[in-house]
Amino acid sequence: LEIRFPWKLELSFPWFGMDIGGTLVKLVYFEPKDITAEEEQEEVENLKSIRRYLTSNTAYGKTGVRDVHLELKNLTMCGRTGNLHFIRFPTQAMHRFIQMGSDKNFSSLHTTLCATGGGAYKFENDFRTMADLELLKLDELDCLIHGLLYVDSVSFNGHPQCYYLENPSDTQNSVKTPCSLADPFPMLLVNIGSGVSILAVYSKDDYKRVTGTSLGGGTFLGLCCLLTGCETFEEALDMASRGDSSNVDKLVKDIYGGDYERFSLQGSAVASSFGHMMSKEKRDSISKEDLARAMLVTITNNIGSIARMCAVNEKIERVVFVGNFLRINTVSTKLLAYAMDFWSKGQLKALFLEHEGYFGAVGALLELLKSSEEP
Amino acid sequence: MAAESERVDRSSHSMDKSITLPPNEIFRNLENAKRFAIDIGGSLTKLAYYSTVQHKVAKVRSFDHTAKDTEDDPLYEISMQEEILARLHFIKFENAYIETCLDFIKDHLVNTDTKVIKATGGGAHKFKDLIEKKLKLRVDKEDEMTCLIKGCNFVLRNIPHEAFVYVKHADSEFRFQNTHPDIFPYLLINIGSGVSIIKVESEDTFERVGGSSIGGGTFWGLGALLTKTKRFDELLQLASKGQHTSVDMLVKDIYGGSYVSLGLTGDLIASSFGKSATADKEFSKEDMAKSLLHMISNDIGQLACLYARLHNLTRVYFGGFFIRGHPVTMHTITYSINFFTKQVTEPHLTELPSQGEVQALFLRHEGYLGTIGAFLKGAEEDNPNQYSWGENYAGSSGLMSTSPDLNPMQRARSGTFDMLEMDRLERQLVNLPLLQDPSSYIPDTVDLSEDALAREYWLYCFEEALDGVVKRAVASQPDLPEAAERAEKFRHKYLHKLQTLRHQPFAYGSLTVRSLLDTREHCLNEFNFPDPYSKIKQRENDMALKYFQKAVKSLEELSWEQRQFALVRGLLAGNVFDWGAKAVSDVLESDPEFGFEQAKRQLEERPWLIDNYDQWLERLNGPPHKCALFFVDNSGIDIILGVFPFVRELLCRGTEVVLASNSSPALNDVTNNELQILTERIAAMDPVIQSAVKEDRLTLVQSGSSSPCLDLSRLDKVLAGVVRERHTDLVIIEGMGRAIHTNYYALLSCESLKMAVIKNSWLADRLGGKLFSVVFKYEVPLDKKPTTLDHVPVTPS
Repeated sequence: LEIRFPWKLELSFPWFGMDIGGTLVKLVYFEPKDITAEEEQEEVENLKSIRRYLTSNTAYGKTGVRDVHLELKNLTMCGRTGNLHFIRFPTQAMHRFIQMGSDKNFSSLHTTLCATGGGAYKFENDFRTMADLELLKLDELDCLIHGLLYVDSVSFNGHPQCYYLENPSDTQNSVKTPCSLADPFPMLLVNIGSGVSILAVYSKDDYKRVTGTSLGGGTFLGLCCLLTGCETFEEALDMASRGDSSNVDKLVKDIYGGDYERFSLQGSAVASSFGHMMSKEKRDSISKEDLARAMLVTITNNIGSIARMCAVNEKIERVVFVGNFLRINTVSTKLLAYAMDFWSKGQLKALFLEHEGYFGAVGALLELLKSSEEP
Repeated sequence: MAAESERVDRSSHSMDKSITLPPNEIFRNLENAKRFAIDIGGSLTKLAYYSTVQHKVAKVRSFDHTAKDTEDDPLYEISMQEEILARLHFIKFENAYIETCLDFIKDHLVNTDTKVIKATGGGAHKFKDLIEKKLKLRVDKEDEMTCLIKGCNFVLRNIPHEAFVYVKHADSEFRFQNTHPDIFPYLLINIGSGVSIIKVESEDTFERVGGSSIGGGTFWGLGALLTKTKRFDELLQLASKGQHTSVDMLVKDIYGGSYVSLGLTGDLIASSFGKSATADKEFSKEDMAKSLLHMISNDIGQLACLYARLHNLTRVYFGGFFIRGHPVTMHTITYSINFFTKQVTEPHLTELPSQGEVQALFLRHEGYLGTIGAFLKGAEEDNPNQYSWGENYAGSSGLMSTSPDLNPMQRARSGTFDMLEMDRLERQLVNLPLLQDPSSYIPDTVDLSEDALAREYWLYCFEEALDGVVKRAVASQPDLPEAAERAEKFRHKYLHKLQTLRHQPFAYGSLTVRSLLDTREHCLNEFNFPDPYSKIKQRENDMALKYFQKAVKSLEELSWEQRQFALVRGLLAGNVFDWGAKAVSDVLESDPEFGFEQAKRQLEERPWLIDNYDQWLERLNGPPHKCALFFVDNSGIDIILGVFPFVRELLCRGTEVVLASNSSPALNDVTNNELQILTERIAAMDPVIQSAVKEDRLTLVQSGSSSPCLDLSRLDKVLAGVVRERHTDLVIIEGMGRAIHTNYYALLSCESLKMAVIKNSWLADRLGGKLFSVVFKYEVPLDKKPTTLDHVPVTPS
C-alpha cells in the first residue's frame, strides 16, 4: 500500500482550503467518502469529530453557514473520492474560529492549513499564538485563478459551472443559460468582494491586475446599513429587491424632460445616483427599500462601467464576474449582463460562475494537494 | 443726471444687504449693454453681456514741419481722443439675488435693440418666466454641453494661465500652466450632479465619450442622507474635518499591512464604507462625509484615467459644481488622478509605451464656461472668435483663495459678486514664429507666486512707486480739473489690487512683475489715464532728436571695431533712461540734465554681468543677417540715440530691420504711433534711414502689446507675418521689462541679442550684479552654431 501510494501517507486529513477576506471567510472542506474500515479505525477521535461536525450541520454558531447547494459530490482529488463542502462565516468571527481550533486541539493533527486572502497575513500570528497553528500563506489572485479554472473543469455535479444571461437587454425576461468556459483565455476577471479587483488573465499563470475599485460589496452593505439600519447582506438584498431606484436617482428625463438627444442618452438612464436626495422633501418621504435598491444599482453599474472600460482598453471581450457580492444577487447579475451588452453594442459578454466567491479557498486547497506531490 | 443717481440709490436699497459692492460697480456699462446670456445653476447664476466702453486714448499727430521749422516747436502734438472699446462682462452671483439683479438691469438697460437672452444651465427653465417678465427679453435656451465646451475653448485660447494644477501642501496651492498654443485635443470632465466626459477635438468637434452617474449629486444626496446636513458647502466642510479611515476598510485592515506583491500600500482604501457594514458603532458625520468624498473623487478620477488612456489624451480639465474652486474636491480629485495615472502607465502593467501621465487640470474661470458659451452662441454673427481677447485685471475679481482661514482678505463666499471682464484687443495675437518651443515658452523670469521673498519686494516696490505714478497721471492732464480726483480713485483701486495680490498672489494666474505692471496699466486706463507719460516722452523725443546727427557723426569717425562697441554702449546707455525704474526716475526727476554722456559713465565696465560681446563682435565679422526683428523700449534718448544708430549700422551691413513697438502706451515706452513720426523725422535728417524706409528695408510694426514687458506668445498677427516673409534671423530684445523680467530664458530658433541695464538694485543683487550692471546676452541656437569641432580640445584617454 505504502509503495503504491507514497504520497498518501504524507497528506494527512483533514483537507482544508481557506480564504480570509475583508468581510467573509470562505472555507472549503474535502470530506473523503472512500475511507476504508482500517482507516476509520486509525482515524483519531479529533479528526472524526471535525468531520462529523462539519458534515452533519449546515450552520455553525450564529453566523457560520454551509452552502449545501454548492456541494461538489463524488469528486476525485489526489486519488481520493469525496465531497467538497463550501462554508462561510464573517471575518469578524475569526478569533472565535481560531479559539475553536485551539479547543479542539487542531494542531495535534499535523495538517498544513493553507490560507489565502488578506487575513492569512493579518491573522497569521493569532493562529500561531492562540492555536499553535502555522499557516501556509498563498497569494489570493493565484488562488482565485487556479481555483476558478479547477472548479470549472470538474463541472457542477454534471452541470456546467458557467452561465450567461440570454437576452440581456431585457432585464425582466433575461434567461440564465449554462455555457462552457472551455478555452477561457483571455478573460477579464472581475472579483467583487468587499472591494473589487479586475484581472486580465491570459493563461493559468499569466495574468495582471489591471485595476481595482473600493466601491464594492462592502460599500453596498456598509452604506445600506447606515441608510436603512439593516444588518445583513441578505436583509439588504431583500429590501433592494422590493425597492424602486428611480425614486432616489435622478434620471436623464428628470433633467431634460426626455432623452438627451444631443448625446443620444436615453431618458431612462441614471444621470445622478442619489440625485433626488438633494431635495429635503424627497429625502423625508423615501423608503428604505428604494434606498437599498438605489445603492445596489449604483454600485453594480459603477463596477460594470469600470469593467467595460478595462475590457476595451485591454481588448478582451469576455468578462467573468465572480465574488460573493453576486451571491443570491440576481439584480446585479442582470444589470451587469445588461451593461456589458448595451454599452458595447453586443461586443462584450458577461459570464458568471455558480460558485461565485469560493474560488480563492479552492485554490488554497489545491496548493495543499500540490505541496504533497512534491518530494 | 440727478434722476439717474436717484435710481441707482433706490435699487441699491432694494438689494439684499449682504451684497458687499454697489450694483453699479458690478453691472458695469449697462447703458451700452447688448447680447445677454445667462447660466443658472443649482446655486449660482452667471450673467454675461457685451458692452462698448468709451475711453480716452492718447494720439500723437505730426506737425507740418515744411511750413515753418523753428527750433522750439515740439515735434508732434498730443491729443486725447475718445475711442470705443468692446468689452465682455461676466458676473457670478447667488441665485437668491436673481430678482433684485434683474430689476437693476431692467432699470439701467438703455439699448432696446436687444430682444433675446441666451440661457443655459439646469435652472434656466425655472427662472424663464421671471426673466421674460422682468427684462422683456425672450429666453432662448442653448444646449448646456455645447455652451460649456465653447466657453472652455474661449478661456483656454484667450487667457494665459487659465489652467492650473492644484497642490495642496505647497507654498502656492496653484501651479498655473502655460497654455499650449494648440489647445486641442483635450478631455473635459464635467462633474455636476452626474459626470460627463467630453472629448474635444476642435472648436466644433466634440463628443460625449462617457460619463458616470456617481457625481456631485451623489455626494450631496447620499451625504445629506447620512449626515442630515443640507447644504453642499457644509458637507464639504464636514468632509474636510473628517477621518475616512474609521469608516473605510483599508488594505491594512484586511492584510494587517500592505499587499506587497501587488504594491498596494496598507493605507489604500480596499472597500469604501467597508467598516460600517460590520462595526457596531456610530460614525461621526465628519468621517462619513470624508469617506463619501474619497469614494466619489476616486471613482471619478479612475474613470477619467481610463477614458484618457482609451483616447490617448493627457490634458484633462475638470469642472462642474463639484469642483468649483473647492480645495477639498480639487485635492481629492488630484490625488485620485495621480494614483490611477501611475497605475495605468506603470510599465509592467501595460504594453503601451509610457506616454506622459495624465494631470488633473482646473480652470480659473471654470464657473463662467456655460455663460461664456451661451453668450458666444448668441454673438455668432459678430464672430467673437476672430478676435483676441484679454482679461482686464482692473475689472475682474480674480481667483479666490481656497483657504479662507489663511487669507483674511478673502471675500466671504456668500453675498459676493464675482466678475470677469474681457477686452476685445484691436489686434489678433499669435505666437512669434521664431520661438524654439512654443508649448514650453514661459515669458516671465520669476514667478512671484512661488517666490515669497521676491513677491514681498516687488509688491512693496509697486506700492512705493504709486505716489509718483499718481502725480504723473495728474500732470499728464493739466486741462482736466477732475484729473486729481480720478487719480485718487486710481490709487485706491491699484492699492486694493496690490493688497489683494499680497494675500492671493494667484488671483490672476502666476504673479509676475509683468502682471503687476499690466494691472497698473489696466487701472490707469480704467480711470482714463491712457498715457501719463505723454508729455515727458514728447519732451525727451524733442531733446534727443537735436543730438541725433551729432551722435551719428561722432560714431562715423570711429574705426569699425571701435564703432561696434560704441554702438552697443550707446544702446545700453540709452536704456538707462527709463521712467519705469524707480532708481532712474528719482535721478531724472531731481536732475533733468542727467545726460547721455553721464549715463555712459554710469555703465558697468566690461566684463559685464552677462557678457557675450566678443562672440557678437566675431559674428559681426561674418556675413550680414538677413533680417533683424528689434523689440524697442523707451522713448527719447533710448530710441533716438541708442537704437537708431545701432539700426543704422545693421542697415549699412545689408540687414533689413523690423522695429516692433507697443500698440498702446505703457510707461515711457515708445508707441508705434510715436515711432512713425520719429522715423519720419530721422529719415529727413539721415539719408541712410531715408533710403531704407523708402526701399522697405526698415519697417515699423506694432507688437500688439501695451505692456512694458513682452509676451512672445501673444504678438500681433501682422508682425508674425512680416517675420516669416522676411526670413528673420536675428531677434533683438532691449530693456529690463522685455529682456530681464521677461524673456531672459526664452529660447529662440534664430540668433538673439538680449540687452539691458539693471536699474533696480534688488534685482541686480538677485542676479549677482550691482546697480547699472549690464546684461548682454548673445545666443545662437544649438543647431545653428557653426561647427566648432576643430576648436574642441581632444582629451586623452
